[in-house]
Order: sequence, then structure tokens, then C-alpha cells
Amino acid sequence: MKTINALISASNVSVIKHHKSILKNIDIQINKNDFITIIGPNGAGKTMLLKCLMGFYKPNFGEIQKKNKLKIGYMPQSINVINTMPMTVKNFITVRKKYDDISFKQVVSEIDIRQLVDKQLSVLSGGEMQRVLLARSLLNNPDLLVLDEPAQNLDISGQLSFYKLIQEIYSKRDISILMVSHDLHLVMVSTKKVLCLSNHICCSGKPQQVAQDPEFISMFGEDMANMMAVYQHTNHTSQIDNHLIDGEIK
Amino acid sequence: MSYYGESIAHSSLLGVGLGILLGTGINFGIIVVCLLFGILFLWLQQSKILSTDTLLGVLAHLALSIGIIVISLNRIKIDIHAFLFGDILTVSSNDLWMMYLGVILVIFLVTFNWSSLLLVTIDEDLARAEGINPIYINLLLTTILTIVVAVSLQIIGLLLITAMLIIPAATSRRLANSPEQMALIATLIGIFSVILGIFLSVEIDAPSGPSIVVVSATLFFLSYLFNFLIKKD
Repeated sequence: MKTINALISASNVSVIKHHKSILKNIDIQINKNDFITIIGPNGAGKTMLLKCLMGFYKPNFGEIQKKNKLKIGYMPQSINVINTMPMTVKNFITVRKKYDDISFKQVVSEIDIRQLVDKQLSVLSGGEMQRVLLARSLLNNPDLLVLDEPAQNLDISGQLSFYKLIQEIYSKRDISILMVSHDLHLVMVSTKKVLCLSNHICCSGKPQQVAQDPEFISMFGEDMANMMAVYQHTNHTSQIDNHLIDGEIK
Repeated sequence: MSYYGESIAHSSLLGVGLGILLGTGINFGIIVVCLLFGILFLWLQQSKILSTDTLLGVLAHLALSIGIIVISLNRIKIDIHAFLFGDILTVSSNDLWMMYLGVILVIFLVTFNWSSLLLVTIDEDLARAEGINPIYINLLLTTILTIVVAVSLQIIGLLLITAMLIIPAATSRRLANSPEQMALIATLIGIFSVILGIFLSVEIDAPSGPSIVVVSATLFFLSYLFNFLIKKD
């Protein structure tokens, strides 16, 4: 296997399941210190793409290369907390992890879950559970953090504080982030690259570029595009510019 | 997935029948048939044609029925009643050695794969992200369950084995704070239930399996009552 500079590099990846094309000719590279957000409608193959990139699922066509000894931290959408099994937060975060006390304490204070570590998993609220899952994915200092709709079950203030936390992690750690998220208007400030997926890659690039892409607008509507524009540009004239571009597309 | 154990237990009667018919011995028959059944189940579950509950419901009862048909068509002279509900008097000293061996093997397999078993139970994708292949862990679980069924079939009986998989664990859930504690307390409760149950079966001349289950369920209700009283204070 030749050595690659990218953390993960996928070329021409296709997945066909039950005679249906789930992913079609996907090319994607995740580099050091990237912050990529994948957006797309339900059934667009977002989770499948994550599974392929992490190596859980072998695509029917195409090639995926991972950097040697790449450490991935994975945070699933949610887990089934089984009430039939007692488990403390600390026990859950550390199960099957090689860790030392210092790095555990560091993660606990970084994610601010000190008051949760001795609680049972079954009593946590949705927001607390998400923070615990995040702490677990960060425990052995991953090079790449993969998040699958991490704030889906949170209310709006929970979402805001969760994405703020992700932003803090990204700026403080030497880490790349790959995230599936619908809350595009909330991640606009942090994310460096947006990838719009609908079984194939519709468009990708910097958030403000994607917001102006006709495929994006037809998929998410002008309201979303305008909202993104507002978040992106504080300057009034550029908002007007965007409206003009919208007008042209009509 | 608790009923996965029940389905494997149900398929054991076919193993008993085939073991006697082919002259390989009961234990060998049980282990081969239960393992094959477990693998067939895992394979069908992976293909996601049917829901897990439907699959278990169909396969478990099919296996039990085929087992009974094989035994009665060949006029194999065994006491089906003893295999369904357990009869401690059928246990020979040879069987005892098999049990010791089985117990040591199960303790070994569980201890050395404990954290992987835990993580797969919590979330399969989380386990995959950390380099565990859940298929191997599910196969391991099938093997462990098969051994448990084989060693406890004659005492508890195949219809009641699931009770001993579930009830002591549920009792211990109320008392434990971690999965390790829960496993340890459940084991102790299980041992205590078996001893007390066997004494009960001797006293009132009842089959051993149901007596053990009754003791075990009594402990379960007592633990709830205990918990309720403590919380009231």
C-alpha cells in the first residue's frame, strides 16, 4: 500500500444495495485539520458514506485508503441505553480504552462532565448523553473525529452549546473533523468545507460557495441559502449580492 | 436478544435425538446442533429479511418440533419430560465432569472477551469503530450459550433454561452498580437458587428445573420489595 498524505482518501466509491444505488462515484479526501460537514436529504447516503470511510462497510466499487495508524474517534447519533445493564459514565467512557488518569481527567474537564462521571448512564438527559459520547470518542486523542448528526436529539440551546463545544475542540486540538449535520446554519462559522450529498456529490466547497450553488438551492430551498448567507456575511452589501444571484437563478 | 438463548435451548432437543440416533452421545449432538442453529440464525439476521423476533419465534419452535418428531419417529427411548423440565436424577458422574469442563471454558471465554462483549452489547457501530468485528463476538456469544445449554439441560430442562439466563441477571440489576458487579451477583444468585431449588425439589418431590426457577423468581420479587422499602426510607 502506498503511503498517502491525506488521513482518508476515497476515490470513485459506489455502494449498491438491493439494486439501489446508495452512493455513486464519490471522491473525497480528508486532510489534516480539515473540518468537513456533510449535508443532504434523508436517504442521501450520508451515514453509509461515513461507514465506508471508517471501514465498517466495504463499497462495491472504488478504493478507500487510510493513513497508517490513523486514530479515529467516532460519535454515533445515539446509543440504545440499555436499562437492563447498570453502568456508570466513567465505566462507559473507558471500556476497552487504553488511557491514563491524566488524559481521562483532561477529557472530562474539556467536555465539562465532571459532575456526570459517577452517574448511571440510564439517568442522563439527551444533552448529557451526547457530551458523554463525545468524551468517549476523544479519550485516546484521535487524529480524526467522526460525528454522525451529533445534535439531532437536542433542543435549540443544546444544539448551540454543543456546536460551540465542537468548535472549541477543533481550535484547541490538532484534529480533523468529519461531521454529518442538518443544522447547517449553526455550523457555518466553524466548518471549512461543506459537502452536499444526494447519493452523488452535488456540490462541495466553502459554505458560502455551496449556498450559492443551484443544486444546493434546489435541494434545500432559497430560505436555507439565504439563511446561510446571513450567517456568513455580516456585511449588508454581500447579502444583497446573494439575493441578486438568487434572482438570476429564478 | 435474551430469547436468543431460549431458541438455542429449544434446538437442543434435536441434538439429543440425533446424538442418540447416530451414537455420538447426547452432549456432542447438542453442541453440534446448537452451534449450527446459532450460526444459521446469525446468518439470517445479517441478511435482514425478517425481524429478529420473528426469526427467533419461527426457528426456535421449528427446532423444538423437529427434535420431538425425530425422537418419536425413531422410537428413541428417552424421557422427553426430563429434557423439557430437567431431572437431576439423570445426571451421571460423567456428566458432572462435562459440567466442570463447560463451566471453566465459559468463565475463560467470558473473562477474556469481557470488554468486547460489553461494547458490542452497548452499540455495534461503536464497537466497529474501535476495531471489533461484531460478527465474531456474536459467534462467541453463540458458543458460550451453546455450552451453557449443554451443561444445564439435564438439571433445568430446555423450556426453563432461559429463565436462568434472565431471572438472576434481572435480580442482580437492582443491586449492582456496574456490569462486572452485575455478572458476579447474578452468578451468586444463580448458585444459591440452584442449591435451594434442589433442596426444595427433594422436600416436595418436584422436578428440579421448576423448583430452581421458583426459588430464583422468589428472590427476584424479594429484591424488588427490598429496593422499594429502601427507597421509601
